[in-house]
Amino acid sequence: MSGAEAGTQPVTVLETPIHLDYVFTPGIAQSIFLRGLARGVFLGQRCPTCGKVYIPSRGSCPVDGVATDEVVELPDTGIVTTYCVVNVPFAGQAVEIPYTCAQVLLDGANISFMGLIQEVPADQVRMGMRVEAVWVPPDELGPSLASVKYFRPTGEPDALYESYEEYL
Amino acid sequence: MSAPARRPVAVVSFAQARNVRREASRNEVELLMPVVSEVFAAIGASKDDMGFICSGSTDYLVGGPFSFVTALDAVGVWPPRAESHVEMDGAFALYEAWVLMQEGAIDAALVYSFGRSSPGDVTEILALQLDPYVTAPLWPSPVALAALQAQALIDAGEATEEELAEVAARNRSAARANPNAQVVSDASPEELLADEYVVAPLRRHALPPITDGAAAIVLAAGEKAREWRERPAWITGIDHRIETHALGCRDLTRSPSTALAAERAGLFEGPPVDLAEVHAPFAHQELIVRRALELGDAVTVNPSGGALAANPVMSAGLIRIGEAAARIWAAESERAVAHATSGPCLQQNLVCVLDASDGAVVGGGA
Amino acid sequence: MSDGDVLVANHVLDYPYARSVGPVLGAFFTALSEGRIVGVEGSDGAVIVPPTEYDPLTGEDVGELRDVGPGGVVTAWSWQVAPGRKHHLDHPFAWALVRLDGATTAMLHVVDAGDPGAMATGMRVTARFRPPAERRGHVLDLEAFVPEPDGGGR
Repeated sequence: MSGAEAGTQPVTVLETPIHLDYVFTPGIAQSIFLRGLARGVFLGQRCPTCGKVYIPSRGSCPVDGVATDEVVELPDTGIVTTYCVVNVPFAGQAVEIPYTCAQVLLDGANISFMGLIQEVPADQVRMGMRVEAVWVPPDELGPSLASVKYFRPTGEPDALYESYEEYL
Repeated sequence: MSAPARRPVAVVSFAQARNVRREASRNEVELLMPVVSEVFAAIGASKDDMGFICSGSTDYLVGGPFSFVTALDAVGVWPPRAESHVEMDGAFALYEAWVLMQEGAIDAALVYSFGRSSPGDVTEILALQLDPYVTAPLWPSPVALAALQAQALIDAGEATEEELAEVAARNRSAARANPNAQVVSDASPEELLADEYVVAPLRRHALPPITDGAAAIVLAAGEKAREWRERPAWITGIDHRIETHALGCRDLTRSPSTALAAERAGLFEGPPVDLAEVHAPFAHQELIVRRALELGDAVTVNPSGGALAANPVMSAGLIRIGEAAARIWAAESERAVAHATSGPCLQQNLVCVLDASDGAVVGGGA
Repeated sequence: MSDGDVLVANHVLDYPYARSVGPVLGAFFTALSEGRIVGVEGSDGAVIVPPTEYDPLTGEDVGELRDVGPGGVVTAWSWQVAPGRKHHLDHPFAWALVRLDGATTAMLHVVDAGDPGAMATGMRVTARFRPPAERRGHVLDLEAFVPEPDGGGR
């Protein structure tokens, strides 16, 4: 007897959904960073060997492989090292296009992280542009990068290329 | 069997995290970093001495993608390093490092592994290593499949529930001497037989604990090994073999892959081993592996307490190699065998023969 | 920072995998949806169930599909004392390797036996399929094996 005789459709695809539940911890160092965001401050960590400051730190210097135990509070200001302008809509998009997404190097940090650039037209964003963080209102602060609403230009003169070229 | 000349490579350093049920605070990098520091500090080496880095882990455990990449932060990989990763126990990462070292281009390698089983349900996660079409959709846990194997062994007249309790009692009693052990006990086999069944015929004591942990080993070749360790544990042979994933096509009461890996690793040539560290997460599996390795009664088996005392997934096999090597360094063993397993019901097995003398390296090539 | 300061969050992963099954497993799942079980001839004439695309022991090509079962023999079993949340039966059951009539190899499935005392290696079981309307070309179209009356259980 064959499937054709029984009149059923041949099976070609099998659905095998997998659902997994976790209780996740970001660890000690990233918890420090996230707790800082809940207070409206940027907390990085310094490597005792090379002196570089990482934000967010995973608790280890990725160059030296040693613990970054010293917590360093960083200012809200920094520079755009590089950026892109998003013109394509996608599922789950929270910001109206076009918008600018940049790597921001906070003053005193040795690594950049990603942030939105607003209060400036997309075509005026520049590498080396000085920016500052705009936080959400105090009652909306939480242990998440969503506490940083976006970065905006400070109006200060642009940083020299030589000052950030090693962070590109 | 004519073996090619092999380059003498030895296990010269070993460190592991204290095995715990739940590592509540630290992430993978924070768990691993002190272990890597310790494995270097023990021999006065640094990452700059390592010509290769190889790790073993699985992202499903923590539920984050590419956790093996971020874990490299625990080592520090600048300037850029030669690195590789296996989605398997660290013992299999060690095999890859050993093979690369046979080429002769590098003299030292770091091997590490890590895994926290506590964030998710490890019995569900390990079901995902099964065939995804006809087996995984049933969600058989590793315990359920191991219990099938145990019942097959009992039905074949090759084990009794009493013997499983004896294996568990001996391992957990030996673990008293292991400062990193998670489960230690002086309970007698008779007392253990009062345990309830988890999946019959396996009672609670015949199961491994759920463990968060990490481990690291340094391999070194020739003179470099002697420089770092007075009495290196030379790898005289290492091999691993896998069987079909189709459980119904296997004789679960035997481990032909272990036996073949042991033969290829030269275990049955030369003087007998005096010590074995076998990776048998379930009590009955020790009986199967002992038989496949042809271990006599004179062999000390699992002085560390084995996987029944601590079973950090992805590290428990690498730890067997480290524990066996440490006993050669301490002159408590002249020749030892370490075994690591992967997959359901001992599907894949690695056998590593360690010797106090590099003259025992098959082929004797320098 | 003390442990109490470390953040913890619930985290869920959902993988909505849909897998192409190919001609061999496709035939197996199609048969299940029709209330039948098929295996495949291995290189030495053995009948492999579930069918594989190649002989798992020799790596050789496989031959024709063969109808097997619905009855068979339990070759190994264990007893799930408390079902897990992902198990499709809500009461204790046996895991079993079942060698179906006409097959050479055994397949993993469950036996809905009610009580571990009803289980024994060598006992005969038979397939219980879901009602036709509930089948979807899945290994759980075969809901469970059940002991055959006087099939040799304890």
